[in-house]
Amino acid sequence: MKFLPLVWKNIWRRKFRTTFTLLSIFVAFMLFGILMTIRTSFSFGVDIAGIDRLVLIHKVSLIMPLPISYQARLQQTDGVELVSHQTWFGGVYQDPANFFANMAVDPETFMAVYPEFIIPADQQKAWLADRQGAIVGKDIAARFGWKVGDRIPLTATIWQPKGGGQTWEFNVSGIYDGGDAVDKTQLFFQYDYLDENRAEGEGQIGWYVVKIADPAKSLELSRTFDEMFANSSAETKTTTEKGFVEGFAKQVGDIGAIMIAIASTVLFIFGLVAASTMAQSVRERTSELAVLKTLGFSGGAVLGLVLAESLFIVLVAGGLGLGAAWLIVQGGDPTGGLLPIFALPPRDIATGVALMIAMGFLAGVLPAVGAMRLRITDALRRA
Amino acid sequence: MGWFRQTFAVMAVNLRTIPSRLSSSGVAIIGIAGVVVVFVSVLSIAAGFSAAMEGSGSPVRALVMRSGADSEMTSGFDGPGVDLIKQGTGIRREGGTVQASAELYVIIDLPKRSTLSSANVPMRGIEPAGVSVREEVSLIEGRMLQFGTNEIIVGRGANGQFVNTNVGDTIISGQNRWQVVGVFEADGAVSETELWADARTLQGAYRRGNTYQSVLVRLESADSFDAFRDGLTANPQLNVSVRRESEYYTAQSQTLTRLIQTVGFGIAGLMGIGAVFGAILTMYTAVATRSREIATLRALGFDTSAVLVSVIAESLVLGAIGGIIGGVGAYVGFNGYQTSTMNFQTFSQVAFAFRVTPQLLVTGLVYALAMGLIGGLLPAIRAARLPIPAALRQL
Repeated sequence: MKFLPLVWKNIWRRKFRTTFTLLSIFVAFMLFGILMTIRTSFSFGVDIAGIDRLVLIHKVSLIMPLPISYQARLQQTDGVELVSHQTWFGGVYQDPANFFANMAVDPETFMAVYPEFIIPADQQKAWLADRQGAIVGKDIAARFGWKVGDRIPLTATIWQPKGGGQTWEFNVSGIYDGGDAVDKTQLFFQYDYLDENRAEGEGQIGWYVVKIADPAKSLELSRTFDEMFANSSAETKTTTEKGFVEGFAKQVGDIGAIMIAIASTVLFIFGLVAASTMAQSVRERTSELAVLKTLGFSGGAVLGLVLAESLFIVLVAGGLGLGAAWLIVQGGDPTGGLLPIFALPPRDIATGVALMIAMGFLAGVLPAVGAMRLRITDALRRA
Repeated sequence: MGWFRQTFAVMAVNLRTIPSRLSSSGVAIIGIAGVVVVFVSVLSIAAGFSAAMEGSGSPVRALVMRSGADSEMTSGFDGPGVDLIKQGTGIRREGGTVQASAELYVIIDLPKRSTLSSANVPMRGIEPAGVSVREEVSLIEGRMLQFGTNEIIVGRGANGQFVNTNVGDTIISGQNRWQVVGVFEADGAVSETELWADARTLQGAYRRGNTYQSVLVRLESADSFDAFRDGLTANPQLNVSVRRESEYYTAQSQTLTRLIQTVGFGIAGLMGIGAVFGAILTMYTAVATRSREIATLRALGFDTSAVLVSVIAESLVLGAIGGIIGGVGAYVGFNGYQTSTMNFQTFSQVAFAFRVTPQLLVTGLVYALAMGLIGGLLPAIRAARLPIPAALRQL
């Protein structure tokens, strides 16, 4: 501890060089934070996707509808807690560029199956009471300035209203919130409203979400369901919700791998910058280090001094960089809704800190060992 | 004249001493090369995707969908409507047949070859005119499907990306069986990711009755479009929107292309700032280790600006080497890399190849030179301002 002032003096020996080393490490870890945020966005909330929830889709493809009559049969199966269903509505708000997910759901079972959507009790009640009611995510509400009680028109793309025209109107009954990994850019409305007023497709839903009692039985139950509807006009394919979301993310492409590749490139480059700076700095100080040793500093102490310097630079600059990334992320999605989940998970922050320690150590270790092995006579003669 | 000689003399000395400062110069070169690799390769994804999408549409073809539908996926109309559309003005005729194909656009769940995870593969039901409407389509393997059967032909991209799509394979999907009889190519267009079946067979398989989702027509010429569109939209029996096919696909590619470009420019921009700091460090070291030589030259009467320019030139050379290494690396590593992603407008897969275009390479090199220039500026000013007596006294 008492050598801290010495480390501090050494760091600022050349202000110009230290400043730019700090800046480049700062940029490296800010980029790391941003890249990991993008990676999280493209995992589509797989971290909170339930393993106790199964998703049943039509075997041929997700776009084929399933009959509503399956709900009762699923509900009667042993091991099933609750069955809910969702239907993709695909409505457009004002302009197709304003894309966001909007779905018809069964409100009561929806709220029971998805406890991670947080809705105030009075708004829940209001939604259940209003057939044209809808709940919207906090982010989408902020984006379009929607408040509880507003009336929102959506233009139909798939489901034409029975009464003619192309517009469906909804009342905002509530605004839901949730943790970082919850997509808060969606709109959910009552399935009954859709089914009673659409020109065609009556009695059909998009997919089922089944909450099961024991996640260990998910594979077994999936098989039971698929056999139950085999050889019918609408065969099913059941997966865990986690598997379903992962599958979706895979279809978009391995964005995660691309982000990790870029982050590795970035850390490698700036790790080299740090290492080169440390090597330079130790080389310049050969005579000083020799003097320290003459004064009785052990090889280990000199090694510690150099390593402490390197770790200090990387941890301070990297910490500030990661902090800057966190602040940027708090500012929200800059693309205006293209990335529904925009958060820097604590797990990645921990990884970042571990990487800083690794980088500080690796950048400092060679010069530090060199300094430790320095033979006083050689070093003083060289100077 | 003397100034140029001076500058070249200093520059030559500088450049000849680079090998002795190899590690420090190497760091700057690797830094700049890394930025260029990331920059060029990320943008080559956007270039490849938009080339596949935008190359897909022809201005002499028009796509008719239900009014309000934002893609073929959500569109739909019945048989009688299709007949009315095919009577529109300005449609090309060849040997008595109207060059119009009423089509279905659905998704079939198939595993990807690379991950074996299931993917939404687009499947198109076409009419016999569907192939002659698209003049760029030609079979490269097997034969054309027979209408009235469950035979299908698959695009070259789909063939590369999804299992069970070779000639002779049978795709089992629910209770449907599809027999693959041919592979087609379409100049790299999106349709190369599609499986094509007989529209009527597909209607039955997907329980669509006598309905279709779009009609693709080949016009007499690109100029016939307005007459064709106005004729259909004025018809009170129809509720359709008519778009040029080229505009339809360009619009579909915009969201994803913009997203990739934003991410690419953002990441490369930030990395560039970091690399400039790295270059500044390198050049600063270069100047610091030579401060005595620089001071000597200036004492001998060399011009300040000659010293300034020579430092910047060295930095530019480092930038150029980094830019070339980065560009070549991106080209060798990623050009032509085949992959597929999801088109969010239709929730279906699009196969495409990364495209490292000459334009991207030039942009990358310019970017590398800019990093070198900015990186050299501060150290150059420092070198030019070096107080001569102090520098000579140093060490």
